[in-house]
Amino acid sequence: MMTLSSLPAVSQAQAPGLPGRAGLGLKHEHFIEVLETSPDIGFFEVHAENYMVAGGPFHHYLGLIREQYPLSLHGVGLSIGGEGRLDRAHLARLSTLIERYQPHSFSEHLAWSSHGPVFLNDLLPLAYDSATLQRVCEHIDQVQSTLKRPMLLENPSTYLQFQRSTLDETDFISEIIRRTGCGLLLDVNNVYVSCINHQRDPQSYLDALPLHAVSEIHLAGFAEDTDSLGDRLLIDDHGAPIDNAVWQLYEKVLAQVGPVPTLIERDNQLPAFSVLLAEAQQAERYLAQVSP
Amino acid sequence: MSLQDDFAAALLAPEQACPDGLFSINGADPASRFAVYRNNVHSSLINALAAAYPVTLQLVGEAFFRAMASLYVQAHPPTSPVMSEYGGALAEFIQGFEPAQSVPYLADIARLERLRVRAYHAADCQALDQQAVLLALQGQADLGTLRLQLQPSLATLNSPYAVVAVWAVHQTEGGLATLNPWHPQGALVLRQGLEVKVFAIDPGSVAFINSLAHGNALGTAVEHALEASTEFDLHQCLTLLISHNTLTHLHLEQKVSP
Repeated sequence: MMTLSSLPAVSQAQAPGLPGRAGLGLKHEHFIEVLETSPDIGFFEVHAENYMVAGGPFHHYLGLIREQYPLSLHGVGLSIGGEGRLDRAHLARLSTLIERYQPHSFSEHLAWSSHGPVFLNDLLPLAYDSATLQRVCEHIDQVQSTLKRPMLLENPSTYLQFQRSTLDETDFISEIIRRTGCGLLLDVNNVYVSCINHQRDPQSYLDALPLHAVSEIHLAGFAEDTDSLGDRLLIDDHGAPIDNAVWQLYEKVLAQVGPVPTLIERDNQLPAFSVLLAEAQQAERYLAQVSP
Repeated sequence: MSLQDDFAAALLAPEQACPDGLFSINGADPASRFAVYRNNVHSSLINALAAAYPVTLQLVGEAFFRAMASLYVQAHPPTSPVMSEYGGALAEFIQGFEPAQSVPYLADIARLERLRVRAYHAADCQALDQQAVLLALQGQADLGTLRLQLQPSLATLNSPYAVVAVWAVHQTEGGLATLNPWHPQGALVLRQGLEVKVFAIDPGSVAFINSLAHGNALGTAVEHALEASTEFDLHQCLTLLISHNTLTHLHLEQKVSP
């Protein structure tokens, strides 16, 4: 199997790095089955905020599973795109988790989710202008220096655009990566969802990204809705199997980036573990095609 | 108002218009797309409450619970990204929520369910060996000066309703017909190993455990227990605490010379 160091590397985000295999989001409903069956899976990923608790079953099971598998820590609450300062208490909680579990990767979103004292529990969109770019880069610098490791930034799925935006999303992301040295967590489902919602060609979107910085891929399912004109509006709900169009896009991405660690995400309408495992195996077949 | 001020305010208030400065490339009404964000915020928070308060939900039904939770979300949005902490004020909210008054014990059921979530995630703590505790108690000349430290997961609740019985009957199918919720009951919640347990206890035991938790010595805790209920049974209460590994430390009170 290809090692990560032989990938077209840019960022230190790849060292020590997750293996170039498929991984699964770890849900508490599956803790015991994972421990009892030891599935052949490349890594597990957890939402950091779910483990920001003092003790109990979550830490017990994650500790046992971490002994057997590489781990990716994925934050959903840092609000890197927020207008306010980063929450230092939250950063400290992240530091504690990283210290405890020594994850192979830490990632967060290009989004905001907190405003003043309120946490909105969703990944909200940003206006792509120079002030926002400056702020996001400062926040990422702060995260990377506090956590003493590079982070990966995930491209968003969005439903709206801001008149204030002066940059393309892809230029905005490229510039963040150039300025901060963070890696890219390429969510292929988000690419597809956003491109449909904003009438952009997914391949041209991908071509405009610094794919050399991709250190992890996310795959997930979406829900379909329509907007006021009756046009397709895709919603990134992590509640369905991965769509064929997303698998096809994934295959094209892999041809460009090689066997990058790939996570299957499912957070809603959770199916049996075997269903998720089958999706991971499908991803591994695509990964095998590009492994030397 | 900053861009995110407008956006956040419009997300939380369902009647508020979509913020200015947004557009859809196809010319669709931005409100129809902003609705996706608003729905994500509200439904994810309501779902979090539904998952944390399953018996509260069963007592009023899905539709009532979700409507009530929606009002709670607007009045008390989360203040931390740690969602296991969200909903801590729901019982107080229910207490003052007029349409819920037809289920008088609803708020106390919510209180009990919150204690269960807290116990589930509470700090791990090594319990004292049960034999060692018994030997220490037997070898103690003056038991009244002993201080017992309890597991961080442990909590109590006093209710004018049979809160444990109501909760327990919703853990299995059927059995509602024989339930009489109209008598007072205390609850003890704790985590033993990985499992959260709920016990019905008398008001004397609630007072005793609360007194210990405040750092009082055993003798003082017994006084508090007997003030709450003359029927308090120290032996039974200590047996419950010891047999479920709730004791983490035993200390002798340091007497100060006059």
